[in-house]
Amino acid sequence: MNNVFVYCEMEDQRIADVSLEIISRGRALANEIDVKLEVICLGHKLNGVEKELFEYGVEIVHKADDKCLNPYLTMPHASLVATIFEKEKPRIGLFGATSVGRDLAPRIASKLKCGLTADCTELVIGDYLDRKTKQTYQDLLLQRRPAFGGNIIATIVTPDTLPQLATVREGVMKKEKVANPRKGKVKTYNPEEFLDQSDLVVKVIERHIEENKLNIKNSSIIVAGGYGVGSKENFEILFELADTLGGDVGGSRAAVDAGFIGRERQIGQTGITVRPKLYIACGISGQIQHRAGMENSAMIISINNDAEAPINKIADYVIIGDLNKVVPQMIKSYKENIA
Amino acid sequence: MKGLKIIVLAKQVPDTRNVGKDAMKADGTVNRSALPAIFNPEDLQALEQALRIKDQIPETTVTTITMGPVRAANIIREALYRGADDGVLITDRRFAGSDTLATSYALSLAAKKIGKFDLIVCGRQAIDGDTAQVGPQVAEKLGIPQVTYVEEILEVNKKKITVKRRLENGVETLVAPYPLLLTVHGSAPECRSRNAKLLMKFKHACTPAELVREAEDYLRLHDLHDYLDITEWNVDDLNADLTWLGLKGSPTKVQRVENIVFTVKESIQVKPDKEGIDGLMKELIAHHNVG
Repeated sequence: MNNVFVYCEMEDQRIADVSLEIISRGRALANEIDVKLEVICLGHKLNGVEKELFEYGVEIVHKADDKCLNPYLTMPHASLVATIFEKEKPRIGLFGATSVGRDLAPRIASKLKCGLTADCTELVIGDYLDRKTKQTYQDLLLQRRPAFGGNIIATIVTPDTLPQLATVREGVMKKEKVANPRKGKVKTYNPEEFLDQSDLVVKVIERHIEENKLNIKNSSIIVAGGYGVGSKENFEILFELADTLGGDVGGSRAAVDAGFIGRERQIGQTGITVRPKLYIACGISGQIQHRAGMENSAMIISINNDAEAPINKIADYVIIGDLNKVVPQMIKSYKENIA
Repeated sequence: MKGLKIIVLAKQVPDTRNVGKDAMKADGTVNRSALPAIFNPEDLQALEQALRIKDQIPETTVTTITMGPVRAANIIREALYRGADDGVLITDRRFAGSDTLATSYALSLAAKKIGKFDLIVCGRQAIDGDTAQVGPQVAEKLGIPQVTYVEEILEVNKKKITVKRRLENGVETLVAPYPLLLTVHGSAPECRSRNAKLLMKFKHACTPAELVREAEDYLRLHDLHDYLDITEWNVDDLNADLTWLGLKGSPTKVQRVENIVFTVKESIQVKPDKEGIDGLMKELIAHHNVG
């Protein structure tokens, strides 16, 4: 009762990175309010999945293993998660802000008639004063998220209903194993007992998941291009720079929308959030939506022909000039100077 | 046998994509009046999917539901101009302050009142909130399954629909029977433009609240043509329970809002010539930022 729950997303037999990130954050939140950390893990052939979860400080794993749970489908997962929540009455419930989590969490919130905050980038425990009733609520989950197209950061609370539900952006929280992992408990569920025929009417007939999923998120060097790159062909020089430096290529939403680069490389509020050692922004003006996805980079270099581009204000180095000349020169200089 | 009965859920939103300097007030709140009110882009794409089904299956009807102030009737008209058959505006001061849970409650009541629908189609999310919650929550409240992030309808008949949905790292094809709710992803095709004939036909379509403000010859026009009446429902029409509406029915509260003021770093200007870039790359290598 009253514990922190995380819905653990499975990619076949592998635990999704985003889930481990949230579990790590969930561990810290549970410590702060002195409750247990529990995880719900639904899928097929999940043998031994708990071992990895225990390493991240999970104390109880709720597990259901059945063919009908993989690949993910809304209804069976929603029915099981809602059943477990109704029984266990969590204080906090966290999901990844992924295509799975954003599909699942609202259904749970609607079923349990509780609050849900989407796409959180920060979760902390804190107090809330209701200005109207002058009532103070202690130890609530303060859920921070960009809102209004990324122009504001809102802190959302759900003072009167439990569980406090949130989906959390991938890449914003740090994945961390605990120092002294302990073996926790496993509770298994038989889906047949909980699922109705009506939960199984939608069927997956085909799936194409890109196997070698791009891993820009974990790349320590990112060369990103914006609308200012001008064309798909011009992006080639960015790929060359990324190859030379051992990094990856990303793009702003404007570049993706213009078809210069694939959507899977989109960095920003509606794409991936990254925090590399080095971020080289080429022809990116730096709208707030883009900055939300990269401003935590350790070092930022901006190459732009517009001295007034907003991104220059958060860059450590600014090169005002034509990127079609600057980038080749960077490649050349690097090759000449690397030992 | 008749065609399908389709409901499109659409929202009027401030255009957050083109936020200018005057969009934020000094106190950090949003100056909504400085932003144009538009048809939420993904909802417009959802309308297109509904119209494509209507093109394919004869006798299919498309009804738009929107919730908002009186001016949100523009959304209903925009949908009529593109081929929707009719529309309902849900409007009442008592809805004010509704979060996604309260909104989905109101929308689900409207869908129930319309009744016997096969398909509900809406955008994945609205650009002023980006929560993607209302679609799935409406589906849950109606007790029907959902398929989110639909990019394309591959096959549709009177019994079932096959759709392609867009995931962050791939695509999936699903088949589902009715009743069903679909949310449409931004990668789906754009909506067709207004049809000139429909524009002429429906340009005077309005809700009862709008109609009282109009001149007399206009009222006569409405007497002659029923299709010009946009249905308007309030809390009582929907028989809604006030505990689930507005601020009271909204479990999420905004504790505080910060305008994003990003800290200005001391940037170092690098000359775009060989010497400048050489210097920069040497520094990056020396400090192990690269290599």
